[in-house]
Amino acid sequence: MRLLGHKLSIPAQIGLAIIALNLVMAIFAPLIAPYDQAAVLGDAWADPDRQHWLGLDNLGRDLLSRLIYGARMSIGLSFVITALSFFIGIVTGFGAAVAGGWVDQALSRLVDLLLSMPTLIFAFVILSVLGSGLPVLIVTIAILDSTKVFRLARSVAVGLVSLEFVEAARLRGEGWWWIITREIFPNAIPPLIAEFGLRFCFTFLFIAALSFLGLGVQPPDADWGSMVKDYRDMINFGYAAPIYPAAAIAILTIGVNFVVDWMLSIHSRGQGEGA
Amino acid sequence: MSVASDKPIILDVRAMRVAVRTDHGDGPVLVDDVSLELRRGEVIGLIGESGAGKSTIGLASMGYTRRNCFIVGGHILFSGADLRAMTADQRRALRGLKLSYIAQSAAASFNPAMTLMDQVSEAPIRHGVMRRAEAEAAAVQLFRELDLPNPETIGSRYPHQVSGGQLQRVMAAMAMVGRPEIIVFDEPTTALDVTTQVECLAAFRRLVREHGAAALYITHDLAVVAQIADRIMVLRRGKMVEFGDARLILQEPQQDYTRRLVSERIAGHAFVAKPEGAAPLLTVEHVTAHYAGKPKVIDDVSLEIFRGDTLAVVGESGSGKSTLARVVTGLLPRASGDVRFDGVSLPPRLKDRPRDQLRRVQMIYQMPDVALNPQQTLLDVIGRPVSFYFRRSRAEVRARVLELLKQMDLPEHFVDRKTSELSGGQKQRVSIARALAAEPDLIICDEVTSALDQLVGEEILRLLKRLQDELGVAYMFITHDLGTVKRIANKVVVMLRGQTVASGDTASVFAPPYHPYTELLLSSVPEMRPDWLDGILARRGANRNI
Amino acid sequence: MGRLILQRSILGVLTLLAASALIFIGTEILPGDLASAILQNQATPETLAKLRLDLGLDKPAIVRYFAWLLGALRGDFGHSLANGRDVLEEITPRFANTMFLAAYAAVVAVPLAVGLGLAAAIRQGGVFDRTVNVLTLMTISVPEYFLAYLLIKYVAVDLGWFPSLANVSSDTPFFDRLYYAFLPMLTLVLVIVAHMMRMTRASVLAVMASPYIEMAILKGLTKTRIVLRHALPNALAPIISVIALNLAYLIVGVVVVETVFVYPGLGQLMVDEVSKHDVPVVQACGLIFAATFIALNMLADILSILSNPRLRQPR
Repeated sequence: MRLLGHKLSIPAQIGLAIIALNLVMAIFAPLIAPYDQAAVLGDAWADPDRQHWLGLDNLGRDLLSRLIYGARMSIGLSFVITALSFFIGIVTGFGAAVAGGWVDQALSRLVDLLLSMPTLIFAFVILSVLGSGLPVLIVTIAILDSTKVFRLARSVAVGLVSLEFVEAARLRGEGWWWIITREIFPNAIPPLIAEFGLRFCFTFLFIAALSFLGLGVQPPDADWGSMVKDYRDMINFGYAAPIYPAAAIAILTIGVNFVVDWMLSIHSRGQGEGA
Repeated sequence: MSVASDKPIILDVRAMRVAVRTDHGDGPVLVDDVSLELRRGEVIGLIGESGAGKSTIGLASMGYTRRNCFIVGGHILFSGADLRAMTADQRRALRGLKLSYIAQSAAASFNPAMTLMDQVSEAPIRHGVMRRAEAEAAAVQLFRELDLPNPETIGSRYPHQVSGGQLQRVMAAMAMVGRPEIIVFDEPTTALDVTTQVECLAAFRRLVREHGAAALYITHDLAVVAQIADRIMVLRRGKMVEFGDARLILQEPQQDYTRRLVSERIAGHAFVAKPEGAAPLLTVEHVTAHYAGKPKVIDDVSLEIFRGDTLAVVGESGSGKSTLARVVTGLLPRASGDVRFDGVSLPPRLKDRPRDQLRRVQMIYQMPDVALNPQQTLLDVIGRPVSFYFRRSRAEVRARVLELLKQMDLPEHFVDRKTSELSGGQKQRVSIARALAAEPDLIICDEVTSALDQLVGEEILRLLKRLQDELGVAYMFITHDLGTVKRIANKVVVMLRGQTVASGDTASVFAPPYHPYTELLLSSVPEMRPDWLDGILARRGANRNI
Repeated sequence: MGRLILQRSILGVLTLLAASALIFIGTEILPGDLASAILQNQATPETLAKLRLDLGLDKPAIVRYFAWLLGALRGDFGHSLANGRDVLEEITPRFANTMFLAAYAAVVAVPLAVGLGLAAAIRQGGVFDRTVNVLTLMTISVPEYFLAYLLIKYVAVDLGWFPSLANVSSDTPFFDRLYYAFLPMLTLVLVIVAHMMRMTRASVLAVMASPYIEMAILKGLTKTRIVLRHALPNALAPIISVIALNLAYLIVGVVVVETVFVYPGLGQLMVDEVSKHDVPVVQACGLIFAATFIALNMLADILSILSNPRLRQPR
């Protein structure tokens, strides 16, 4: 099987399948899930049977349906945050690279500062006081995460800016906007796509961790992380309940990482052959 | 310089064949049916353009191939034993000891974390033929023979603490310390300045003669190989074109390809003189420039270019010639002095200049691969200046681009291709077309043929000359290659460490009496007479105060 | 080079100051009123006024910040709002526990990771390399609690080899500590080994592609000598960097693991106190975590400067 003109490795194929499955789950949840996610259908912690493949949860709701609906919150939220952080990171990163001089220095120092602080602790401190409303969550994490995108976007752009065809454009008298959009951006796409995948995974795991610790998504909304939190006590009695949502998180992340890994290996291989 | 044929054959290569093989299948053949016999004390020069396979042959003669390359046919006999039939360990035991290699880039070939002495003495110690004290003594002796400064202590330095030319000679010492029987020189002087090249070349030749080793000398420069080889093999795309005595090949080449290589080098002693116009097109007057917080890169430089002139700016690395171009175009603002174009003073900064001023001075770069945006098509690249400066419609732009492609001798159907699909020479033509699309009065050519193969470069020079005759455009031609200067420039400026040491028309600058640096530059350019090196050394030895 | 190190150290200190400021800002200066955020439903005008006075909220923010900072340097973080105890007393044993767990994991993980990374790089492309590659890609993708719960379910509950709750206290003897903390340690190790191993492998491979390695091959040196004497010293800088970064990550990842296993460390304390809005404790924990993290990052920077020969021996 080939994608973008290159042969897909086996892990990459598995990864793509996983991603596709998750997207389908998220988008078509109401059609796929056997029951409504909030409907109480029986006793708490009823065992799995033919009608309820994974059994019922702590409030008697069907676990499988909750799992399917949970995809929406988890994936949707992470996607929005990653997109926002990407936008911020690319605009500032490319801008810093093209502008150079003190603008670049100032932004880079600021980003260095933000990067040298532990994000989890930071998010903790902010969320513990501001509360975990969705808008706060989204903006805080997007800003904290955009620092890493800034680093990559800037280094890619700096590498490109030093190439003669960018200088040729400047000599022509082209403005910044043209240079960024027409000269730099088209050549920056491959590493950026890979980075998007990585950032998505990180955000996804991060949100889930925050939810797990009680600071992320708040009830009645449910994402996979908060599901793990809700079910965790049962593990001591041998119930695998918290493992299911945790496994869902793990599987999606693995899938995306497989695909990103394949993309990165093509990109570097391609450069070697050109020599 | 022929070797008595009673000396034993030490390397016998028979029908060597090297090809690329990857997981995706078979790739191109890099070396196709090449045979040679190397005798003790003899030097065979391997000559060819890039892709000829000369490095591959040199490495394969040591039983080594690079990643994904395999020796798929033939025999390589070292003192009678077939390298291909040996185990990997047996081959390894020979390398660094009996067979040694000198690479093109010394800076890349040394481990930055180890001292020079550790690396030079490493091979014989690890192979178990010398003790540390003995190896180090031998190393110091070689340093002395190679004319390195402070031979007793230079070994304790790290690679980054030593200059390029010195490092190259240390690498030669590293190759010789195990008393090898065969040395493979792989373009060892290509990366060096022309003046440093002479010293290294002399050192290598002396070393080979005194130690009685045999050598394969790989280079693309015919004049260099003429100084050191007894026999020459001309290679093209993996195949042998011609093989024979060095003098004969240089004086009476039999094959067409060889003839082209030899004649291109010799031709061009005709100085081109042109009539002068009324007022100068570009005037650079007492210009000084420097990067922020750093010492001057350009110091009080003045020059004039008239319409239709070709002014060559010559110098070695660090002379400031490329920086001069940046100052003229405004990428680096000048600190003092004036730059006038067509009588009007140009603002020091690029962004202060009006569009039309920018249009009239265009630039062409050295490396074709990075001078063009790989994601853009030829229509994009060549068409942009047309629409940017002249605001033509889409149809007019396309028509103009096709016209330019024809002028460049490029096929019209290339117009929608991406630049990444073209060869180096074709890309350079596209760069020229891009410059011409702006209908400039002056084109700055920054080392435009240095990164190209010799024959391809010649074609580009011919094209540039023709365009000048047709369009009357002026050139500022920046280069380090004096041969090129003599061929196409009617005026020349020689730069050394940011200052001009000589300027005027080519005929008078390159005729005596010379400025001492001009003389040094001119005399360092290898000529194809085999006794050129001896002559230079004799002259310099007589002049040198030791 | 000494100057560079000094520069980095100063940068580290400045970063810590900035971090402390941000932590302070995050907790004290915010829209809405801190006192009502703490008391929430129990707020009456009198209790609010008293709390504000206790917390010194009537003073300007800058004064409060410096008072807090200076107090922190002396070891005085104030008193917990939940149980009134001195914050430093609360934190110290917890901090010790967290450091113990982190050290336990580091001692196991680092040699394992570097060894595996080297082995995979030497046998590049082989079955060992490819399998390890896929396995580590999977391990770095999964959240810590996933691995933790898997271990708990299968090793602790089903097999009963190790306890699922890490009941450690200050008088637990050393070997018992090792036993109780085993599963949490294992979880942490699994995550960071994967990261460090991949980076070690990538660094060694990048170095192996250098031209001076080809030169070493052409000198007829054995593969072992080339890897140990030529490749490793040059790959050391990025490897050390990664190790330090992972140790820094450890400090943070420990929070989740402590929560899962109910291990009485600093991370678990912070999580508990956050939900109680116990601001002084949260600030203190935040500051200590940030300090350790920043210190380790700085160490990584300094170590990679030290292992760069070009910087050690200037021209």
